[in-house]
Amino acid sequence: MIETALQDLWYGFGVALEPHNLMYCFLGVLVGNLVGVLPGMGPVATISILLPLTFGMPPVPAILMLSGVYYGAQYGGAICSILLNLPCHPPHAVTCLDGFPMTQQGKGGTALGITIIAAFVGASFGITEMIFLAPFLVSVALKFGPAEVCSLMLVGLLAGSTLAKGSPLKGIAMTVFGLLIGIVGTDIETGEARFTFGITELYDGVEIIALALGMFGIAEFMNSINNTEAVDMKYAKVGIADMFPSKADLKKAFFPMIRGTLLGSLCALIPGTGPTIASFVSYATEKKISKTPERFGRGAIEGVACPEASTHSSVQGDFIPTMSLGIPGDTVMALLLGALIIHGIVPGPQLISQHADIFWGLIASFWIGNILLVILNVPMIGIWVKLLSIPYRYLYPSAMFFVCIGVYAANNDMFQVGETLVIGVVGYILLRLDFHPAPILLGFVLGPRFEENFRRSLLISRGDLMTFIDRPISAFFLLICVVLIVAQIYVWLRKPKFVEQERAIEAQLPASPYSELTG
Amino acid sequence: MTLTSRFVIKRDYYAGGLMLLIGVGCAVVGSGYHFGTLARMGPGFLPVVLGIVLAFLGILIAGTALASSEPDEAHFLPDNPQWFGWLCILGGPVLFIILGKLGGMIPAIFACVFVCALGDKTATLKSSAILAFGMTVFGVLLFHYLLNVPFPLLRGVNL
Repeated sequence: MIETALQDLWYGFGVALEPHNLMYCFLGVLVGNLVGVLPGMGPVATISILLPLTFGMPPVPAILMLSGVYYGAQYGGAICSILLNLPCHPPHAVTCLDGFPMTQQGKGGTALGITIIAAFVGASFGITEMIFLAPFLVSVALKFGPAEVCSLMLVGLLAGSTLAKGSPLKGIAMTVFGLLIGIVGTDIETGEARFTFGITELYDGVEIIALALGMFGIAEFMNSINNTEAVDMKYAKVGIADMFPSKADLKKAFFPMIRGTLLGSLCALIPGTGPTIASFVSYATEKKISKTPERFGRGAIEGVACPEASTHSSVQGDFIPTMSLGIPGDTVMALLLGALIIHGIVPGPQLISQHADIFWGLIASFWIGNILLVILNVPMIGIWVKLLSIPYRYLYPSAMFFVCIGVYAANNDMFQVGETLVIGVVGYILLRLDFHPAPILLGFVLGPRFEENFRRSLLISRGDLMTFIDRPISAFFLLICVVLIVAQIYVWLRKPKFVEQERAIEAQLPASPYSELTG
Repeated sequence: MTLTSRFVIKRDYYAGGLMLLIGVGCAVVGSGYHFGTLARMGPGFLPVVLGIVLAFLGILIAGTALASSEPDEAHFLPDNPQWFGWLCILGGPVLFIILGKLGGMIPAIFACVFVCALGDKTATLKSSAILAFGMTVFGVLLFHYLLNVPFPLLRGVNL
């Protein structure tokens, strides 16, 4: 099995190293790194803006580029946390706790250096995990019928909505809301128009780009306008020479890095627990097992290495369920799944065999992209740091223009711009009511496939709902759903200690002028 | 915690109420489509079921807020509502649509960035205009010449 995997990987490098693909991979990680550094911009909005521009491209470079934005943004995100104490990217929020004190002690460069090493170690492990695990998952998933697919999607939707931050009830409500938005348009089986209210443009359904940019673009700008303070660049002076950690620092950071990597890759496998949760869990674990927990929060290098390694290994691992099962774990993955569908690729277990060039090319491009990012970040750190000082008042109007033209370019239709505007206002209202919009996108992307498989499985069983329980794999997935719900009720009623601990860590974080959306 | 404070309007009442409203609305509209049976589901099946589930979740959200004794200090509007800023952010795309249809890409980009930029309280007419000018040049170069987005620069004028 290892031999075939290595052979496939070799083939993947052939795909990823084609000049055209390599260029788009580089472009993706460059743009990703850029938006990662800029406070108030995030990968979700960026990928949505770039998505319509990839319509004319073949699918392989398009997917390589869009994925590159995601993991590239993770490299940039840490810079903001460590140098400015601004948790503008949720997966890196926890890095503020020890990264910024290190900066204040004049060791900001070391923190950044350790971050890059941790990132590379974490990402490498995540990619290796994907190489071996994804084909295995596929061999299991190929046995799935519509009932199993349905139950599996239910697990994905439930986990995505309850394990994310915020109230689980509201998360589930947002998932259902997303499923309902996914219904808008023409019914695939009967051709009846649903929830279109006579608007012809809605017959094709709500545009995924409009939904993502409304919720994660316009709503976000409405939330943070005149709400941001000028960034304090007092400590943000880092040169290349400062970035190489000393031997003692490396020694201290080594085991936390390994632990973070393992925790992160574990979190990636559970649907719904993305990099943000991985970084929190690993920080809490590292603090707990440390012999000197009092150093945490005062510039402990372990407090930087562990969550960063964890974030990156989780980011790469996140692709596993998306690519092998077609079930996205978070917003960015939902968006990438949408991108695959737009490019005419049916996500699911058959993806690896039918589109081997995309799958193995993507994996190979992860390695290449991560190496490019290390190269980009070490010598160019000065430029990234300078970018931090771009004020928000220049950023958001430019971003608004990109939102408008991005949505327009999707269909060359001004109606979509108006649609985005309406979704943005709705998104802001939901945000003010403490709803997190991430599950909406998850529900929206999975909705049509969920309905199709739900109908099909009940058609096969002649309307017998027991089919979901009679089939053992499906029953197992439903059991996971029950466990998820029971666990949530338990947490709500008993408020166990580990939840309180996580709350305590969250309370220590500096307030962010940006909402959670940019993650 | 006194009895009166329990009846203070909490934000979650609005949240639950909104979900209830959307859920009931979807179920009502969905019931207009053919419902079908479990074995042969019509197009109305899922909308009605999901609508009811959402309405039920709305009641649960409001209900848990009622049952919890934790005070909810947050208001629906933020502490310093940015009516002018919001107006500018929403006005930008509206102008983009109108001017894009009537005038073309150049006026659309300029107006969109200019109006959005005015929303910041430190922005001046001059700073916004400079930013808008820069973005227009950049946007035209990128989207018209490099990416060939089908969007005439100026309608009626062949550039």
